[in-house]
Amino acid sequence: MRTLRNAIDWLEERTGVESAIHHFLYEDVPASAGWHQVLGSVAMFAFLVQVFTGILLALNYAPTPGEAYNSLRYIVTELTAGQMIRGLHHWGASLMIIVVVLHMTQTFLWGAYKKPRETTWMVGAVLLLVTLAYGLTGYLLPWDNRAYWGTVVTTQIAALAPGAGPYVLRLLGSDGGSIGAVTFARFYAAHVLLLPPLTMLLIAIHVYLVRRHGVTPIEADAELPKEKFYPQQVFKDTVATFVWFAVLVVMAIAVRVPLGHVADPTDTSYIPRPEWYFLFLFQMLKVFEGPLEIVGAVILPTLAILALFLVPFIDRGKVIRLRERTGAIALIVLGVLGWTALTARAVATTPPSTESADAGLAQIEAWQELPPDQLAAIGAFRKDNCGSCHALGRPAAGPDLTRAVSQRPADWLLQHFKQPAPNVSTQLKNPELRGLVAFVTKHNDTGVKAWESAPQAAVEGAMVYQANQCSACHKLNGVGMNAGPPLNGVSDRHNREWLEGHFADPQKFSPGSTMPVYKLSSRDLDRLTSYIMEIPK
Amino acid sequence: MIAGLGAVMTAALAVPAAAYLLFKPRSQKQSDFVPVADLTQLTVGRPEEVVFRRTRVDGWRVLNEKSTAWVVREDDHKVVAFTPQCTHLGCAYHWDDAAHNFLCPCHTSTFSIDGKVLSGPAPRPLDRYVTKIDQGKILIGSEIQRA
Repeated sequence: MRTLRNAIDWLEERTGVESAIHHFLYEDVPASAGWHQVLGSVAMFAFLVQVFTGILLALNYAPTPGEAYNSLRYIVTELTAGQMIRGLHHWGASLMIIVVVLHMTQTFLWGAYKKPRETTWMVGAVLLLVTLAYGLTGYLLPWDNRAYWGTVVTTQIAALAPGAGPYVLRLLGSDGGSIGAVTFARFYAAHVLLLPPLTMLLIAIHVYLVRRHGVTPIEADAELPKEKFYPQQVFKDTVATFVWFAVLVVMAIAVRVPLGHVADPTDTSYIPRPEWYFLFLFQMLKVFEGPLEIVGAVILPTLAILALFLVPFIDRGKVIRLRERTGAIALIVLGVLGWTALTARAVATTPPSTESADAGLAQIEAWQELPPDQLAAIGAFRKDNCGSCHALGRPAAGPDLTRAVSQRPADWLLQHFKQPAPNVSTQLKNPELRGLVAFVTKHNDTGVKAWESAPQAAVEGAMVYQANQCSACHKLNGVGMNAGPPLNGVSDRHNREWLEGHFADPQKFSPGSTMPVYKLSSRDLDRLTSYIMEIPK
Repeated sequence: MIAGLGAVMTAALAVPAAAYLLFKPRSQKQSDFVPVADLTQLTVGRPEEVVFRRTRVDGWRVLNEKSTAWVVREDDHKVVAFTPQCTHLGCAYHWDDAAHNFLCPCHTSTFSIDGKVLSGPAPRPLDRYVTKIDQGKILIGSEIQRA
């Protein structure tokens, strides 16, 4: 204990760190200070959580298009707690915006921006914009469809700025409105190199100003003895921070952060949506159409930001009690109502996404990657009980076919498949026989895994696919012609009803289609549709 | 109370962070074996350097790259494939026919034909690829075993 005291004294004498901490903790706060003033501390903690989790993510993240998506997928699917770290960062961003907005609302309602605290407010307003800038730049970094198309819209809005539009676009690395490697580099650099030091500088100035002017007192404080920042206010700040953090941890564990398919600039079916806190702006654009678009996209937001920044100069009256600030309360209520209405409208008018939000997280099974002819061959193998002699993975009456490809000549195999034993013959048809020969002489690791684990329904679907020669027009898992559209990821484009209807009447669902009508039994239709819908992009 | 809440929050961040940084990734890619030579191409007691292409998982990337191995046929049913780096500091060693041992040119570590350290600073025998023989072909897997 004595040694510790000596060490602290030594450090204090040379750096003054102990008296600095003392000075910080034992600052006077007015008696009226309390729970309503905890939000600034919570916001600061939220920022620290973002820095911490952001650094952790960066340790396993490759910031270039394409690689970004794969490395993020690696983080959330292969690294222990990777999903949790990403969850903390993702939901932490949303919760940080909430707490920053609440902090500003409280300051506004209490009139704490008034003389001499105008600059504290203005720095705070810039901090709000910086927080939103993190959201905007971070949105692109997963490089999935959501990120890509959301950012396309954002940059197009920036391009509407009168006069400056093309230059803003060039600054964002999006010359001509397209988004690529340069935009990605700019957004990443802004997100991790520009914004964090700026935030730290602004927070330092903000906290310095808060300390310089003290917490805003109310009239009654004049007669009351002052309190100390520590421990009363620190305790309240800590409890509030803890509650905020508990909500964040629960969200990070319980709510999965979406990861869609890798960004596809040619995907014209994806409907972009911004993050929830920008939805109101997105909706507002719909109100102002045509030549008025610039009003909703540029003029109104600019005016709103200016008004927010200049609040202390618009309302110059003396500090009065909260209950008497009816104008301020009315303004906040109006703001909340307007925001809620726009956001609710945006949510209500959003068509359901054709792409599963978790598409990028799904584990792809071996059979989903296998070309349909090979999967159908597995079906032929199962159909005629080949497994009763050829057990998979172990030797039985016949050799284990999964160990290595068969070295027998094709003629021998064809004969063997027709008549595996002297008094046994199979029911296999010619195309099935040929498919089986190709499979046992060419299969690879994926084929073996699928052989053992492919669900029977999917295998039957592949057999229907082969029997109807779908490959003559469509490509699936790399096999087939290009006369019709490729079928990988078709479930992102169409739902089940559409597909089933399309088989029966292609003209009705896609006019001009050259696809013939297929009259399938209801069982075949069900198997085929399920099979095609389960093959990922 | 303040310290307690602070400690809980610190732990809630530190524990996942430690797991995230220190635990091995759950790789979803299984190792596959690639044929590198026919057993009959090798003579018992004479190591051969074989070049083959193998799939290696590098973080989020799956690479298909050129690799080499020193393959020793022990008898008709058994081969050993050594990784081509010295276990000291990773230099490429070679087979010294005259001395009948593996020699690393960096710090003159020598290894016997079964990979044991004969002399020099090498701390452990040569590392091995997993191998199997299937119908006369030598197959090398991506897994590396340390002695």
